[in-house]
Amino acid sequence: MELLVAATVGVLTAAGVYLILRLRSFPVILGLAMLSYAVNVFLFATGRLAVGLPPILSKYAEGYTDPLPQALVLTAIVISFGMMAVLVMVALGAFLTSDHDRIDITDETGEQGEPEVDKP
Amino acid sequence: MMHWIIVPVVLPALLAPVLAAVARHDIVLARVLSLAGTLLLAAVALGLTILAAQGDTHIYELGNWNAPFGIVLVLDRLSAMMLLLTTVLALIVQTYAVASGWDNRGRHFHALFQFQLMGICGAFLTGDAFNLFVFFEVLLIASYGLMIHGGGKMRLQAGLHYVVMNLTGSTLFLFALGTIYATTGTLNIADLAVKVRDIPIEDAALIRVAAMLLLIVFAIKAALFPVQFWLPGAYANAPAPVAALFAIMTKVGVYAILRFYTVIFGPDVGATGSMPGDWLLPGALVTLAIGVFGVLGARRLMPMLSFAVLGSMGILMLAISAFTPQAIIAALYYLVHSTLAAAALFLLADLLVSRRGAEGDYLRATSPVAQNGLLAALFFAGAIAMTGMPPLSGFLGKLLVLDALRGSDQVALIWSAILLGSLLTIVGFARAGSVLFWKAAAVAPSGDPVEDPDLDVLTPVLSIASVMVALTALAALTLFAGSATGYFEQTSAQLLDPSNYIQAVLSPQQMGY
Repeated sequence: MELLVAATVGVLTAAGVYLILRLRSFPVILGLAMLSYAVNVFLFATGRLAVGLPPILSKYAEGYTDPLPQALVLTAIVISFGMMAVLVMVALGAFLTSDHDRIDITDETGEQGEPEVDKP
Repeated sequence: MMHWIIVPVVLPALLAPVLAAVARHDIVLARVLSLAGTLLLAAVALGLTILAAQGDTHIYELGNWNAPFGIVLVLDRLSAMMLLLTTVLALIVQTYAVASGWDNRGRHFHALFQFQLMGICGAFLTGDAFNLFVFFEVLLIASYGLMIHGGGKMRLQAGLHYVVMNLTGSTLFLFALGTIYATTGTLNIADLAVKVRDIPIEDAALIRVAAMLLLIVFAIKAALFPVQFWLPGAYANAPAPVAALFAIMTKVGVYAILRFYTVIFGPDVGATGSMPGDWLLPGALVTLAIGVFGVLGARRLMPMLSFAVLGSMGILMLAISAFTPQAIIAALYYLVHSTLAAAALFLLADLLVSRRGAEGDYLRATSPVAQNGLLAALFFAGAIAMTGMPPLSGFLGKLLVLDALRGSDQVALIWSAILLGSLLTIVGFARAGSVLFWKAAAVAPSGDPVEDPDLDVLTPVLSIASVMVALTALAALTLFAGSATGYFEQTSAQLLDPSNYIQAVLSPQQMGY
């Protein structure tokens, strides 16, 4: 099970890193989503992996799993979900105002605002 | 237990939804409420600073849960001074935003501004690493909204970069926190400080990885090489008042580095030792160089100021990388100075841009703008502060940094980087100032002068006044440098001896709270 979870985190992270290095904003957003899934699984595993054990006090429990990572992961999921929504809106705004979804800033004036051709 | 400590978080958190819901269509009401809230916040911050200056570390246990099980807010000298700096900056920026009408060029400026203050104040106060992450996200999500306030093609594209960069940083932050929790079983800063010191050196590999991951995260916030690329684009394209407020955002990263790498991973910890400083030093040197060359190469005023901010972050990080008491005093002084200087210059740049019309912030001579002389004088004062010339606080700050780093192994490299960097920054600012103001006098007015319909009599007075207040604060920092460094001296002593912090958080009964 450890191998499976570790491989999942690794593959998701690798895919996420590959995608956020793309040139268009849609793959970048997908990449960030992958990365946030990877980190959620990772956080979940930080309390050690256990199957069928309760996180809260119980008379019949044979052992316990760490409840704190579950709380952390819940917070992280909520935050990354909200952030993803904001990111999609910003990317959509950038796409609609500039008519392309390239991630690099390509204005007619260039990134550092190189002056247009000087008029004589 | 004293409840004032949580006020800087709760007050903006309550005010922001009211601003978003009730004062949505009434800009006057929003302005009055928001300014009143910030003023109140500044008063509370001042009170807390006076309290913290007495030397005790105060804690606030949320829900009365004892640390390390509950989340605590911790008020010590460092967090109190950062709070005060934030609220003073917020007052200046907000007055400017109201006076210049920036707050009315998009929706919900004041609500986002208050959420931003909530996040920043919370990040400075919290005593829990995961809670720090949450407050980082609060201040970031508000800053995304502020960054694209007013809209526009360039601003949205730069905003996208900013959001993507920070989301990646947040993911790294979570990876680092997960690793820390997996190795120590706690996320409370004071508890971590105890547990990390107990880890035997041969088992320390994982915690070392986590510490360095965390350093990368904070370096992203503080715009340190090699993760500084987001800063020039974001600051140059953000609305000017927002860029001025963002001057404190990089300092949140600096604060986190100061807090984590003194209290938790201090120089006395075997697991990390001097590693954070060793990695910060080259990063800071390159950041300084990039900032300086950016200032020289910029063709517009806003990018030039952004690179100047980058350069000042380089100097600040050089001081911090030493982690000695003297260097931390110098860093704190330079931190306060560079925040206010950057804010003053960004606001001034906006005053200039709004008067130049189509020329915008391009460094090209045009006919003189309204109040050319006054703006030139203010720019001169701001440039003196930013480049570190006497008589303003930049000079004292750089002197303190140079003096503190005298004992370093790399002293020749550091000194020449700072001195050469200052010289080139002066050249950059002198060129910009002479093109913008001096050569302007030689250009004949062409066509009609630019008329801004929003401009009434009060507007320029109030907006120029807010720039002047920022510059006056710098002058005050220079005049009262003695008492300021006295406070910073005790702050650095408190930081480098975490036992007080640990005891206040973990055994509050003994401290008599």
